[in-house]
Amino acid sequence: MSTPGADIETLLSRALRPIDPPDGLSRRLEQTLVELTELAVVELEGWELSAMRDPRNWMRPVIALAIGATAGTALVILRVKATQRRRNQLARGPADLAARTARAVAGEARRVVRR
Amino acid sequence: MAAPPRTKAELDDQFAELYRSHLRDVYSYAYYRVGNHHDAEDLTEQTFLQAYRHFERAQAESDGRPLRPWLIRIAHNLAANLYRDRSRRPQTTIDDTSGLSAVHTTEDLVEGRDELARILAGVKELPNDRREALIMRFALGMDNREIARALGKTDGATKVLLHRAIRQLEGIVGDEHTRS
Repeated sequence: MSTPGADIETLLSRALRPIDPPDGLSRRLEQTLVELTELAVVELEGWELSAMRDPRNWMRPVIALAIGATAGTALVILRVKATQRRRNQLARGPADLAARTARAVAGEARRVVRR
Repeated sequence: MAAPPRTKAELDDQFAELYRSHLRDVYSYAYYRVGNHHDAEDLTEQTFLQAYRHFERAQAESDGRPLRPWLIRIAHNLAANLYRDRSRRPQTTIDDTSGLSAVHTTEDLVEGRDELARILAGVKELPNDRREALIMRFALGMDNREIARALGKTDGATKVLLHRAIRQLEGIVGDEHTRS
């Protein structure tokens, strides 16, 4: 043995081996990213240009652009995911959960836009 | 030195690449630090959330160096806050049987379950900085320089820290072996 502690280093390598994240963690994050991007695109496509004359309506397409195009996508995703467990507990069904998630997305996107 | 990103889209792409490359590292560190999968998932998510907030500045200041030590340092600080907030140690420790079986193969467990359990129990007894240095070296495969950056120490101090951690662990495991 050339180095003191070599045996224990071998044991440490076996004991402290890297751990793959649970399938659910990476899958949920990636899925949420895709869903939120699509959600933003749909919202943007469904927007009527005539509504843009009213300044009170300007916030929604700005939010959609912020999510769907570039800025803050990952931040929105991660923040929304961080609160997903609580929404799952509160939701009264799939539709209610979807509505809660959409509201969370809009809220987080507004925060990103204000950064 | 890499050219600074010109658009937010490029920055997001680079962050996504960082996430994909180091998700396993951050999760491994989080698991060995907090001792259970539930808190490790939360810690991993919060680490990447915080990393995203400061990604642009970190990239600018990294001078082209890898960002893994910076990520692990974020996880390290968040884990410290987690314990402070809860005012307690982890409910499930890394030397528990459930933790072992979740991480190691059947072959490992058959061949050396007691030995590995003794090592993990010994790691748990080490002072925080020594335990973390061992996790970074053996679970994440970080070199001295990376560990030094993650812990905010010099390369020399990190080398000494690792050496002392291993020697102390040898002593703990040896004493345990003598008693049993």
